[in-house]
Amino acid sequence: MHEPVKFHFNVDGENFSSAGEASVMVKKKLRQLGFPPDVMRRVSIAMYEGEINMVIHADGGSADVTVEDEYIEIVLADKGPGIPNIDLAMQEGYSTARDNIRALGFGAGMGLPNMKKYTDYMHIDTEVGVGTTITMRVNI
Amino acid sequence: MKEYKHSVSLDVSKCKGCTACLKRCPTEAIRIRDGHAVIHSARCIDCGECIRVCSHKAKKATHDPLDKMAEFSFKIALPAPALYGQFDNMDNIGYIIEGLHKMGFDKVFEVARAAELVSAYTRSYLKRDDIPKPVISSACPVISRLISMNYPFLCENIIPLLPPIEVAANIAREEAMEEHPDLKPEDIGVFFISPCPAKVSYVKNGVAGERNAVDYVLSVRDVYFQLIDVMKRIDEPAESTEAGMIGIGWASTGGESSAIFNEHYLAADGIENCIRVLEQIDNEGINNLEYVELNACSGGCVGGAMTVANPYIAQARLQSLKRYLPVSPNRPERDGYIPDAAFSPEMVEYNPYNRLSNNRSEAMRMMAEIESICECLPGTDCGSCGAPTCMAFAEDIVKGETNADECTVNMRMLFHEYLNKRKEGVPADAFPADKIIKRTTPESGDKQ
Repeated sequence: MHEPVKFHFNVDGENFSSAGEASVMVKKKLRQLGFPPDVMRRVSIAMYEGEINMVIHADGGSADVTVEDEYIEIVLADKGPGIPNIDLAMQEGYSTARDNIRALGFGAGMGLPNMKKYTDYMHIDTEVGVGTTITMRVNI
Repeated sequence: MKEYKHSVSLDVSKCKGCTACLKRCPTEAIRIRDGHAVIHSARCIDCGECIRVCSHKAKKATHDPLDKMAEFSFKIALPAPALYGQFDNMDNIGYIIEGLHKMGFDKVFEVARAAELVSAYTRSYLKRDDIPKPVISSACPVISRLISMNYPFLCENIIPLLPPIEVAANIAREEAMEEHPDLKPEDIGVFFISPCPAKVSYVKNGVAGERNAVDYVLSVRDVYFQLIDVMKRIDEPAESTEAGMIGIGWASTGGESSAIFNEHYLAADGIENCIRVLEQIDNEGINNLEYVELNACSGGCVGGAMTVANPYIAQARLQSLKRYLPVSPNRPERDGYIPDAAFSPEMVEYNPYNRLSNNRSEAMRMMAEIESICECLPGTDCGSCGAPTCMAFAEDIVKGETNADECTVNMRMLFHEYLNKRKEGVPADAFPADKIIKRTTPESGDKQ
């Protein structure tokens, strides 16, 4: 048994070009901790998608990663517009991203579906006009 | 895992212990210890960034000296196409081919010729439907090593074909044996003329436990100074290049990619750009991409740390040199054919290098300690402690490679505090020396 290791990141909503950097940092940390490639990949993809979402839709937010004995937990929290219809948002291909974001290659409507696909547990806590907190876990 | 042999080395007597290379190293492989740089062998990818940035000329690319030629009765030169871009006012590659003969080489085989074959094999390989895409070039050894250390899922994307240097060496040897049946294999010495130290390492480390087909690696720079001397004495060269636009194009970024005859490629150069591209491919992929050419050096191979000319000037010269050459005079026996000998006998394997500990619990304890030490550090990433960033410094402390006192920013604060306390009349021995950075070792149980 050991204490969980925690990492905290502020995801900057102002600077689109820095989006995705927190997931790169987490990947490096997981590599140092000796996690197998598969776990590293699932955590970093789920986190990357979430990070991009926060920048596109919510002007950024925070990302907290906790390494527990049994799983790695990622909590992404923002004070953005919230998700009015979660079922619709979870459908592959559904996207509310603006054209300028799509022009960059994002907004394909795969963000939330990928986050679900690559994690073992995902919970979305959202309120329109207040914000969204997504909790994901990848089992070790 | 066997120890990787490097070709970037340090002249300790010239090193001032400044932070130039420390800050530039893309894999954080350098530390300053006892007043000079130390290269961490397991982390070094031989990219040559530290050689380029060192203003004291303390970092060197080790390569083989020209007098190694004396060891063989039959000497073969394999000039990299980047060599052709080094010479000012030279309008015919024949000068170089003939110059190499005058330098004492019995045979010259242009690596650009082998590059054209590799391009043809690559086109055939890309047509297969059972391969992971995007296919990543195997030509730059720095990139292959970087992928093996950091990107487990991209190892299988590296094209399993031998790079042009190896193909050239094999063909040149075979040709020499055919042309001179009395030669014994050990009589033949194959010398690659290299623009970069990474190719030196590539040769030194061999392939799949076997010796490389190249015997020694000379630097473009050494050969350049010999060549300008002999080339002056050639009026009109009788020899000419046997390579075409494609082969010579491999010397600079984009040349290799343009030879796949398909617009779905990405060509990047400069190690930082290459890392960003790899991160993106690893994270979410890049849509509709078939082929990726990554060159650690800016400009491509012409930007290697053992060249003479500026990479962009060299590239401009190559553009005019290849202008009226045929597209690709070197082709495989038949279209779509890849000989077995063109495949690499070993695949790139994942070899993570910066694991804190093989024991997960221990690694987690160390990571927690690193995070808590990092919070007490100034975050200036000044490098004075000998580590490239405050985070790297915290890692070094926890690994026991350095100690917290090396942080000059914190030490200065501590010193001022000490002086103030002394002014107030506090006795010197009452002042705790380890006040700034509390180490959260299990013994102290000081966890926050």
